Amino acid sequence: MKLELRGITKRFGGLVANDGIDLVVRPGEIKGLLGENGAGKSTLMNVLYGLMQPDEGEILVDDRPLRIRSPKDAINAGIGMVHQHFMLVPVFTVAENVTLGVERTRLGFGLLDRRRARKDVLELSERYGLAVNPDAYVGDLPVGVQQRVEIIKALLRNANVLVLDEPTAVLTPNEAEDLFRIMRELREGGRSIIFISHKLKEVQKIADSITIIRRGKVVGERPPSTSDTELAALMVGRSVQLRVSKDQATPGEVRLALKDLSVSADHGGTAIEQMSFEVRGGEILGIAGVQGNGQTELCEALMGLLPSTGGVLLDGKDISHLSTKERLRAGIGYIPEDRQEDGLVGDFSVAENLILDVFDRPPYASGISMDLNAIRNSATTQVADYDVRTTSVQTPAGTLSGGNQQKVILAREISRNNTVLLASQPTRGLDVGSIEFVHKQIVAQRDNGVAVVIVSSELDEIYALSDRIAVMYEGKIVGFCAPDIPEAELGLMMAGASASAAHTVAEGQSPADLAAAGLTTAEAVADVLPGGSGGSSPRADTVELTGEESGNE
Amino acid sequence: MSDQLTPAAPEAAKPDPADDGGKPRPRLTGKVIIEAILEGSPVVITILAVFMALVISALLIVFSDNNVLHAWGDFFSAPGAALALTWHSIATAYSALFEGAIFSPATIGAAFHGGSIAAIFYPLSLTAFEATPLILTGLSVAIAFRAGLFNIGASGQFVGGACVAAWIGFAVHLPVVIHIVACVLGALVGGAILGWVVGELKARTGAHEVIITIMLNYVMYNLLNFLLSSTNFLQQPGQSNQIAPPIQQNAIFPHVGGPPPQANVGFLVALAAVAGVAWLLSRSTIGFEFRTVGANPRAARSAGMSVERSWALVMLISGGLAGLAASTIIQGGGPPPPLNPNTYGTYGFDGITVALLGRARPVGVLLAGLLFGALQAGGTVMQAATNPQVPVDIVEVIQGLIVLFVAAPPLIRAIFRLRAARGTGMEAVAKGWNG
Repeated sequence: MKLELRGITKRFGGLVANDGIDLVVRPGEIKGLLGENGAGKSTLMNVLYGLMQPDEGEILVDDRPLRIRSPKDAINAGIGMVHQHFMLVPVFTVAENVTLGVERTRLGFGLLDRRRARKDVLELSERYGLAVNPDAYVGDLPVGVQQRVEIIKALLRNANVLVLDEPTAVLTPNEAEDLFRIMRELREGGRSIIFISHKLKEVQKIADSITIIRRGKVVGERPPSTSDTELAALMVGRSVQLRVSKDQATPGEVRLALKDLSVSADHGGTAIEQMSFEVRGGEILGIAGVQGNGQTELCEALMGLLPSTGGVLLDGKDISHLSTKERLRAGIGYIPEDRQEDGLVGDFSVAENLILDVFDRPPYASGISMDLNAIRNSATTQVADYDVRTTSVQTPAGTLSGGNQQKVILAREISRNNTVLLASQPTRGLDVGSIEFVHKQIVAQRDNGVAVVIVSSELDEIYALSDRIAVMYEGKIVGFCAPDIPEAELGLMMAGASASAAHTVAEGQSPADLAAAGLTTAEAVADVLPGGSGGSSPRADTVELTGEESGNE
Repeated sequence: MSDQLTPAAPEAAKPDPADDGGKPRPRLTGKVIIEAILEGSPVVITILAVFMALVISALLIVFSDNNVLHAWGDFFSAPGAALALTWHSIATAYSALFEGAIFSPATIGAAFHGGSIAAIFYPLSLTAFEATPLILTGLSVAIAFRAGLFNIGASGQFVGGACVAAWIGFAVHLPVVIHIVACVLGALVGGAILGWVVGELKARTGAHEVIITIMLNYVMYNLLNFLLSSTNFLQQPGQSNQIAPPIQQNAIFPHVGGPPPQANVGFLVALAAVAGVAWLLSRSTIGFEFRTVGANPRAARSAGMSVERSWALVMLISGGLAGLAASTIIQGGGPPPPLNPNTYGTYGFDGITVALLGRARPVGVLLAGLLFGALQAGGTVMQAATNPQVPVDIVEVIQGLIVLFVAAPPLIRAIFRLRAARGTGMEAVAKGWNG
């Protein structure tokens, strides 16, 4: 099926979200749609999926114009959508979710044909290598598998063109690899895919052709062989530094030290087990690891948000008994993982968000009385210093773009003159321009002698920033390594292999060899892991579920 | 679309629609006002909600008037009569409502002919009297709302305040001003303790404040019954009814407008409370903490605030305000009789609607309280002035409809074909349940 968008224009009041966009998706093609947050990608896809009506322009399917008034029309036309936020019912099984809305019945009076639903799921997952157990409850599945359920859902409705809206934003590097494999298989099956992303590397890797959108307009069509600097420049509208230049670190005194820190998990067991490490002033320690291996708990325990045992030493003084407020006061800057949930109050103005953790200190307050002028003035300065694009300091922070929200948090945490900066996923979901800015600021902190800890599940970020890398797996640090470690080795360590074991495996087998042998990295690692603990990792579970036998009880 | 990039040179020349708001503050010109109306700003929505409530209540008034209904039966022979009678019926009711609550033109004429000038302000004074407890319970609910808590217990906290105020009022002998202050403080403490218990329970055990406050309401109602059935506690000696002794003259609020049921010092207490809460919420570190905890408790925690302490503190203040409301009734000097099992009336629950209508903002609560007070004051006059009688209950219908429309802005937008706005300011109030 050939899909064509011609001159699509969508206005919101005076704002032109889409300005005469042309897009052609040929059968069996993966079309990369590249653009920064807010460039108009989502609006375009909402128009395509019938969630919005275009003001001008038309949609052609196989060269015939088609009015798409609702998602139902889109589905009938063979267009399937996997949203960034999944539309699944957590307490239903995979099979139930997939058939929701297109339930087949038996005997003519509303008996659900569960067997048929299960069979459909199994068939599809086998054909496209979508390892999913039809009887699993969706709420129990990892995000990557939930995404597969969404894809199966679209396929079951005969989607010939599949729209994937920022599908990798929620995935770990390995899950993303799996997704790419599935996408290629779908392409082989003759389906076309629109892959929306703001991540250059991924688009280069998977797309057959790339359309770049900036400020609602198509600014270029490029083959995937285009250099990433050129793509970034097209996307942002100016040339961007993709990797921050930084000098050699000059580590000083130990600023932050963990001594046998342990945190117990919600459901029993331990989230962090006897963790110890030191961070010196003037160095960046990058904590790499697949999401969900205790990074969140580590940060929260360090900030006193979670109860923990063991010692946390700041400049040699034990702070493990201090409250969050006291730890912030003692000189830790904290950039939480979830910007909107933990970092900001969306309804509050930019100015209020800039003082969220210093609101009761001079010059912003004396006694319990707050000085609104001082708050406004300092906010105006910080907004200018950190290049926060906002109409005014009174604008609600929730209305800013992700990059600008992060700049607000960064401004707040950095301007407190800390000795330690703890930043968790500091650039998740940000566009290229903002990533550049955030990385520069973090490196500047290091150069000022701050001990910086970066927690990130993005390897690019770990490589770009770290002076030293610690790899976390199942609540423990499996090893430290230098930032020149090959990506394959780091990947193995992230799956639980010790540094030396990872080195041996990586020496012996290049990733290409692994792929040729039909193995994922996780499976290869299972060989080198002590006690075959690969079987207990969340990813290995899903790998095991391939094929027919997994579906049967 | 808010992501504005560094504009490259050619783009900078073009006007960018998204940058329009870049000026520090839009001037309040006609255009701004029209925009506010078209987008349905909270104030506009509220005004339209009041209007819609009056329109629908007008229909009720018409339908309950048999004369009008008969006239409509003869509509085709005498259409003018039907319309005239309809108009007359509505106009009589609503002008009586207005005259009873705001001012009556007749009193101005009378003042020129030697009548009392104070009579001009009599309706306003009635309104202020009726509004006093509503403003205070409204503030009580509103401040808890702002910290993310839904205080259903203003009623029980009211009872707590009433018991203490009444007891100090009749059992203790003090000089005049001191006695008044002691009663007010007693009511404040009585309500505050109950509120604090709720906040502390939530902070320590995680129990939901809605459940605790509902249950505490029953505890307090029955405690009041119990205290009023024994002369050892609050019952007036020699009485078989459940009623407390009248409080001493020294403890009764001085008049501001005139003798009851006109405004007394309690109204000034309410105004002071509005100013105090407004300052607390917008200018103090405590209020900042409350608002942060209410808007995003996780961010509050990450920023080092103690969410639990805020809960306990805001409920302490919330309960105190409900207690103050009780003191304005107990020390109002009548017409309500001394403390009895029905003293709490519906003040606590009306406070929820007042807070909702006032969008949990102190000035909004003041205006909403005055509006409801005006409807109460005018309603009685309306009932007396109309024939056949328009029952005073229509006031409750109007109040209910106003809240209904305010709580459902999309309804008002659909009726008046307003554009959808981004936020209405109701989110903070609407999410109260989930704390």
